[in-house]
Amino acid sequence: MEDQQFRQEVRDWLSANFPPALTGVNGLIFQGDAHAAAANADFQVWRKAMADKGWGTPTWDKAYGGAGLSAAQAKIIAQELSAIGAFNPIRSYGTMMLGPTLLEFGTEEQRLQHLPRISTHELRWCQGFSEPGAGSDLASLQMKCVDAGDHWVVSGQKIWTSGADQADWCFALVRTDTSVKHGGISFLLIDMTSPGVEARPIVLISGSTHFCEVFFNDVKVPKGNLVGAVNQGWNIAKRLLQFERSSLSEVKTDVTPLAPIAHAMLGTDAEGRIADADARARIVHNAMRHAAYLQTVRRFNEEARNGGPGNGVSTLKNLWSNIVQRRAELLVEVLGADGLGWSGDAYPADAREATRALLHSKAFSIYGGSYEIQNNITAKRSLGLPDR
Amino acid sequence: MAVLNEEQTMLKDMVSQWVRDRMPVGVARGLYDHSGGGRKDATTGFDADAYAEVAAMGWSGILVPEAHGGSDFGAFSLGFVLEELARALSPLPLLSSAMVAVSALRLGGNAAQQSAWLPGLADGSIIGALAVDEGAHHLPDILALTATRAENGWRLDGIKRPVADGMGAGLFIVAARGDDGTALFLVPADAAGLTREPLDQIDARRPALLRFDGVVLGDDAMLGQGDALLSAILDRAYVGQAAELLGLATQAFETTLEYLKTRVQFGQLIGSFQALQHRASEMFGELQLTRSAVEAALVAIDADDPQLPSLASLAKAIANETAHRITCEMVQLHGGIGMTHEHDAGLYLKRSRVAEQAYGSSSFHRERWARLNGY
Ligand SMILES: Cc1cc2nc3c(=O)[nH]c(=O)nc-3n(C[C@H](O)[C@H](O)[C@H](O)COP(=O)(O)OP(=O)(O)OC[C@H]3O[C@@H](n4cnc5c(N)ncnc54)[C@H](O)[C@@H]3O)c2cc1C
Repeated sequence: MEDQQFRQEVRDWLSANFPPALTGVNGLIFQGDAHAAAANADFQVWRKAMADKGWGTPTWDKAYGGAGLSAAQAKIIAQELSAIGAFNPIRSYGTMMLGPTLLEFGTEEQRLQHLPRISTHELRWCQGFSEPGAGSDLASLQMKCVDAGDHWVVSGQKIWTSGADQADWCFALVRTDTSVKHGGISFLLIDMTSPGVEARPIVLISGSTHFCEVFFNDVKVPKGNLVGAVNQGWNIAKRLLQFERSSLSEVKTDVTPLAPIAHAMLGTDAEGRIADADARARIVHNAMRHAAYLQTVRRFNEEARNGGPGNGVSTLKNLWSNIVQRRAELLVEVLGADGLGWSGDAYPADAREATRALLHSKAFSIYGGSYEIQNNITAKRSLGLPDR
Repeated sequence: MAVLNEEQTMLKDMVSQWVRDRMPVGVARGLYDHSGGGRKDATTGFDADAYAEVAAMGWSGILVPEAHGGSDFGAFSLGFVLEELARALSPLPLLSSAMVAVSALRLGGNAAQQSAWLPGLADGSIIGALAVDEGAHHLPDILALTATRAENGWRLDGIKRPVADGMGAGLFIVAARGDDGTALFLVPADAAGLTREPLDQIDARRPALLRFDGVVLGDDAMLGQGDALLSAILDRAYVGQAAELLGLATQAFETTLEYLKTRVQFGQLIGSFQALQHRASEMFGELQLTRSAVEAALVAIDADDPQLPSLASLAKAIANETAHRITCEMVQLHGGIGMTHEHDAGLYLKRSRVAEQAYGSSSFHRERWARLNGY
């Protein structure tokens, strides 16, 4: 009954505050591009409204910029957003990864300094984990962090850092002890405007400059920016990666069905079915797996809420990347030559977007721990398979 | 596994305990002779004594209303009972009788028919079986067995095969082609003109071939008419069979996993080889999809969800594929021992192939789902 009342409250507030011009717009555009976000007046109105309400991070304490709501209420907000084709304008690396990490491992001072500005999405964060020599084997990272008395001095290089050129802050893994591997890593918050930080964008196969290589030349970082204890960063990183994986496999659960596009591009038979029987069979197979994947997300969430196993994040991420990548390939296949355009009005805008999306989707099984690494984790943690 | 309430948790524990004590895979193995085929002296293809125990514990009455001697616990509960039993390939007619036949009576039966048959189905004194398939494939839209008007009733002519648990059934729910389309009849096994013979199927479960040679029935034997009734009954069958496939696949996977943790080659456990670890991880993922699809479909039955046809076909198609893949891997990852009749892998493979075809192959259900969803 209370839930029903809250749902109504959310509906009323959304209809008064969500700019209709943003209906159906993919929020990831603004999440990934600070310039697009700054240039869009509707987005700024929407961001400000949600920030004031605290509903972008609904379960966080009010002191941290949240709304102090229950998980059930947060779910209601998410459902109502999705029901009207709205998105959460606050969603970011800050809300998905750093926020939950600071809530668990940060000091009260660190939380009060950073969380309120994450919950308004005023400041952007990037994730400085990977290095040229440290990808899947993340713990082999080398970026040095030396104690210089009243501050730290950081030097080295990060790579594949998403959004680093637009980020205000970076949460990074640094090496504070070179004599041990996992036990020599610390978790550090670095102001990207500090002297000595330089981010150079890298062009992806999709044409976007989503990520950067970042150089740190003797960058001074205040002592208070270290999260947890010195050399205890690996445990924090592992927890953060869990937050990352679970948020990755939950994005965009409602995708446009392939059927209408396939009807238009491949024709229909006398019974109104997709005319190309082979393509139809593969599309249907993928669509059914996608439906079962969504059922699995719901089931895992329900089990987690009831204190269930909760060890399925790696499994879920692989199901997601596998099914969604396959779908992206099928969509471009169905588009035929229309799906092969890079630019120009000869190619429908939707088709060009689908093609770029296909190219980008290849990253799903690489970032946040590759497909193979997730399989390793499932084999060890969920299935208890041996090392030798 | 979805979240269970207290009664459901007790029931589930009770079933797994009973399977451990009373229904190890050895019982299913007992149906086979030494050549790997069905035992010549076995006629019903299921364990009648064990079914009496199952009935005494109330599992055959899980879908039956309390007024007719059941517990009315719902399809979700019956689903996990079927799943648990299928882990050990338990040769029991629970799906045929407690899920499909009871559903048929609940969906189509009038008060007199329900009073006549439900108490017996609930207490296990009668076993019910659905006679729908007639040939190599499950094609419920194309029935050849005819129902023609006779004086004060009907006359059935044709054959049905394979009818799961048909050798021990006392009541058949028969799908026939009448003058006005599909019609369903309640036919006692001892009806004049009805004969049955056992088929030696690869899973040793001995389904029946039924011959209807001018079987005359009264009007009171008519359960109902129309494709909608048959579809609604079949939806329950699809989901129940999918629940069995889930149980079968889960156990096949766990048995294989155990082997990966004990078999040593090249001086190390074979489960430490990454190539095999990744195959195991992927099977685990497929099992997750399957569990979600099966549970969602069971919930849809209890909720009278209009999406049930789509959810039922999703569950059956995915369960088919997963059980197929895992039973293949079960043999492969056991190597030579997995090829022997002495090992359980073959029993799981054979039972899986039967359950995959029963009530519709993967392509049948993908086509059905595709039509229901506008592809
Ligand atoms: C679009 C995108 C955005 C990203 N954003 C960020 C970011 O914001 N911050 C950040 O820190 N990083 C980011 N990354 C980096 C990402 O985390 C790494 O690319 C990833 O961890 C893999 O590391 P690698 O690229 O060095 O590949 P490698 O680790 O060199 O892997 C190469 C291949 O070997 C396989 N492999 C490696 N080890 C094993 C093993 N033990 N068993 C089996 N196979 C193995 C891998 O699966 C892969 O197929 C991003 C990557 C992409 C593509």
